[in-house]
Amino acid sequence: MIRHLLSGADLDAATATQILDTAAEMATVAGREVKKLPALRGRTVVNLFYEDSTRTRISFEAAAKRLSADVINFSAKGSSVTKGESLKDTALTLQAMGADAVVVRHPASGAPHRLANWVDGSVVNAGDGTHEHPTQALLDAYTMRARLGRLAGLHVAIVGDVLHSRVARSNVLLLSTLGAKVTLVGPPTLIPVDIPQALAPGTDVSYDLDAVLPGVDVVMMLRVQRERMGDSYFPSAREYARRYGLDGPRMRRLPEHAIVMHPGPMNRGMEITAEVADSPRSTIVEQVANGVSVRMAVLYLLLGGNNR
Amino acid sequence: MAYPPAAQSPSPPRQPSVKVILASADVSRVVDRIAHQILEKTQGAADTVLLGIPTRGVPLARRLAARISTFEDVTVPVGVLDITLYRDDLRRHATRAVGPTDLPPGGIDGKRVVLVDDVLFSGRTVRAALDALSDVGRPASVQLAVLVDRGHRQLPIRADYVGKNIPTALAESVKVTLAETDGADEVRLYGGTTS
Repeated sequence: MIRHLLSGADLDAATATQILDTAAEMATVAGREVKKLPALRGRTVVNLFYEDSTRTRISFEAAAKRLSADVINFSAKGSSVTKGESLKDTALTLQAMGADAVVVRHPASGAPHRLANWVDGSVVNAGDGTHEHPTQALLDAYTMRARLGRLAGLHVAIVGDVLHSRVARSNVLLLSTLGAKVTLVGPPTLIPVDIPQALAPGTDVSYDLDAVLPGVDVVMMLRVQRERMGDSYFPSAREYARRYGLDGPRMRRLPEHAIVMHPGPMNRGMEITAEVADSPRSTIVEQVANGVSVRMAVLYLLLGGNNR
Repeated sequence: MAYPPAAQSPSPPRQPSVKVILASADVSRVVDRIAHQILEKTQGAADTVLLGIPTRGVPLARRLAARISTFEDVTVPVGVLDITLYRDDLRRHATRAVGPTDLPPGGIDGKRVVLVDDVLFSGRTVRAALDALSDVGRPASVQLAVLVDRGHRQLPIRADYVGKNIPTALAESVKVTLAETDGADEVRLYGGTTS
């Protein structure tokens, strides 16, 4: 069993499938009267968040609590970080407090890898800079498998700002491990030219969303990060929405069974219209619910046994 | 043409002894008897649910239900209770895979639940099963049926229905195989040394 979850590439097909299968069992807990399992009783999980986040932090917190772990939430705002404490000193503090797992979100790509060298416990990457967000990829894979029944052989289009998207990177890695085919779609300025070679050789790139849509099983829309809009990656928000936004007419070009995903938070009217986001094809709310189950599975598999 | 005899090793390695306690036909008879006992003790298996504890408690529970319906023409709901997350030794081993818990459609609230397992040993599995049970519902009462009771309890737990009591030494081990999971029905006792 792996000790840390830092990247989608940490998971081979067997381990990833084990996480998804475990998550399916964890999901049954949500329907019970007592939504609690004793598996991580007495273990401490620290949520170390250097970036704003609602769903990921709450999702990890709910997952840890459902497994009876103790949860300590640490956000950079209102902590010693604002007094200039370094990541390493913070890590050593957590270590001294006996954290069994540290769930970390950090604006710097690679911060969780550094952290993993400094603490004895398990480190879970909850999003680092523009690098990776592996639990998001796992919950996306879980959602696809739940809706479409399989992952091998699926064709998934990931649409939008691939350049800055940790969700896209982790998804490309995990989906290709699990046998799905990924096509990255977006304006040329937002898709790194070497990304298929760097991540997974079978990955395709297209700059034409309309040409890709009729042949996919899943279309995953990425958030256009507002802070990037001023950086001239595309001429205007309206032009972006016209060429790469998913609206009703575009959605109807998809095959009958295809689903629409979005990792959230959405910019309605920008990359996705309200009509699409609220349609039965959209799995956006399911993704949030599945996130708790998948994170329970990850925490259980990292902390449940004696894996040292 | 005769080959010369192979060189004999000075003393052959001592094999651990294997003893068949129950053969295939014995297992069937024992299951039949437990099915009769359940019918007798539960007034015809009314309001009764059988829950198998994985791995081998599950096919045993199904067999008991099948035999009960043959004997008395009543259908007893059967389910699966996975206890992995309730074990007290989770941290002593590498992470264990979680299996499905599958309760019958009518649930277990207010029912008489009969837990079914293959071997009763320390009692820790049953302790975990009782904890798991209280998280998934509130049965009126809980009973325990086991194919083999080998003694050496570490907790104050006893079975209501026992297929066979096998006196064992701690160093010995009891292995149950069933047709559904292992290809054949058998109960074997391993351990000790050949005399």
